[in-house]
Amino acid sequence: MSTKLNILVPVKRVIDFAIKPRINKTNTGIEKAGVKFSINPFCDIAVEEAVRIKEANKSLVNKIHVVSIGPTKSQDILRQSLAKGADSSTLVDVGEEEIEPLSVAKILKQVVEKNQSNLVILGKQAIDDDSNHTGQMLAGLLKWPQATNAAKVELKGEEVFVTREIDGGEETVKAKLPLIITTDLRLNEPRYATLPNMMKAKKKPLEKLKLSDFDVDVTKRLEVLKVEEPPVRNAGIKVGNVDELVSKLKDLKAI
Amino acid sequence: MFRALRLASLRNISVSAKRFGSTLAFIEAQGDVISSASLSSLTAAKQIGQPITAILFGSNAKNASSALNKIDGLDKILIASNSEFDHNLPEFLSPVISNLINETSYDFTHFITPATAMGKNILPRIGALLDVQPISDIIKVEDSSTFIRPIYAGNALITVKSNDSKKLISARPSAFEPIGQTSENSYQIEEITPTLETLQIEWVSENLVKSERPDLSSAKKVVSGGRGLKSKENFETLITPLADALGAGIGATRAAVDSGFVDNSLQVGQTGKVVAPDLYVAVGISGAIQHLAGMKDSKTIVAINKDEEAPIFNVADIGLVGDLFEVVPELTEKVK
Repeated sequence: MSTKLNILVPVKRVIDFAIKPRINKTNTGIEKAGVKFSINPFCDIAVEEAVRIKEANKSLVNKIHVVSIGPTKSQDILRQSLAKGADSSTLVDVGEEEIEPLSVAKILKQVVEKNQSNLVILGKQAIDDDSNHTGQMLAGLLKWPQATNAAKVELKGEEVFVTREIDGGEETVKAKLPLIITTDLRLNEPRYATLPNMMKAKKKPLEKLKLSDFDVDVTKRLEVLKVEEPPVRNAGIKVGNVDELVSKLKDLKAI
Repeated sequence: MFRALRLASLRNISVSAKRFGSTLAFIEAQGDVISSASLSSLTAAKQIGQPITAILFGSNAKNASSALNKIDGLDKILIASNSEFDHNLPEFLSPVISNLINETSYDFTHFITPATAMGKNILPRIGALLDVQPISDIIKVEDSSTFIRPIYAGNALITVKSNDSKKLISARPSAFEPIGQTSENSYQIEEITPTLETLQIEWVSENLVKSERPDLSSAKKVVSGGRGLKSKENFETLITPLADALGAGIGATRAAVDSGFVDNSLQVGQTGKVVAPDLYVAVGISGAIQHLAGMKDSKTIVAINKDEEAPIFNVADIGLVGDLFEVVPELTEKVK
């Protein structure tokens, strides 16, 4: 590949995956005060993939830029990504307001243009809103090809081969740059940021921008009417042996 | 004078008809068999309460369209038979679909696709082209602009009302019964010949897991294994016979997939498949929230685990605390 890669990795700060979220008292959202937040696991995989591409193709990669659109505290996950090997970063500080994927994609489009990115690697979905939208939307806005749910990414000559997870197995597509890739869990195992690298990351660039720096209308298209608990399952029973299990299943007409 | 009046009243009729709009439903088919996920999304389309136009893409579209004649409640069928559409590449499909949605003569106000890997791939791209925020993975239709969908791995349900003029939706297959098939209709079939975008991406190959057993997403019974199975061999000698005895599909946790016990396409959970069979048997599965997201709407859940504190027992209807290496073969014998 003679084209130099300018990789952009958008990352999102979300409630930690191991925490069971609580719905707020007004039934309008999720309680966020005093809850542990982390980088969205799929975004972490995207950062790792970008770093691995750079490590394997040193002369090809100009830089890895990470960007987060979120509250001020999102700079924590940017620092973490810098410690893992990203070169520079941008925080688009939008406060506590939730921004819909369409608006995120529009902001990212401008970030892509400003950074002259030609490969964007995103997580396939954020584990909070579970939309699975942003990568595809960014690809649509830019009119770039998209390879979503990537399980394997290979650079061969002028082309990028991506093996995608689909229902029933996998498929492989090939595309030329510029390209959008979204990551599936199987793509890689993210590294941990070491303390010395965390210290070094503090010296790497972190540009701070605001929503007003972008020409994007973030008016919500979807009005949240309510957020509620899913129906609770009735308490089950424990049986002592296989015979009881089989007879219970027969009672329930499950077998 | 008289004529002008008649024209005016005709126009009034068409204006009032327009208010109701209609729904474009994307149909996935394997050969001439309509996918079960598509049949489920047609049920969701029906609940929106507007005339439904089904659209089929690819060289087999014509064959598959005859299967749609067995479904009641469609308005018409569009087919685009270009072989370029055979692999459902979103770069091709999205501009074609967004143009159709914008085409005033069709009057589409809604577009619906099953929330499958394919649907999730194309829907947001169409959203970007139409400047619309889609609503993915809906589990309930409240009215034509209000839908319920799960967030946070199914730990909360959000009701959203779309203020966009077009509504783009994907329906979670396990949340809607497949639409019934009985009578023989002969719907009007319209062949469309869209102009294609320039190729920026090419489909190379696929590697599908071949299996005789019921497809995981639509199986009435599912037997799933987790880390507790310890090895690929154990998975095959314990889970497969139990699934065979029950006539069940096979599922797995992320831990089982990561350890190489089974293929990734069998993963059940927030990031894998969401299933809601009549019977779900969880073997050696602790019950992490990401796994529960994919199966907790099953009708009857059975858990077999040696750790009586495992969270899976909080959602199981029937729990058996025991060593799966002893319990599972015994269970297999007794359900045969």
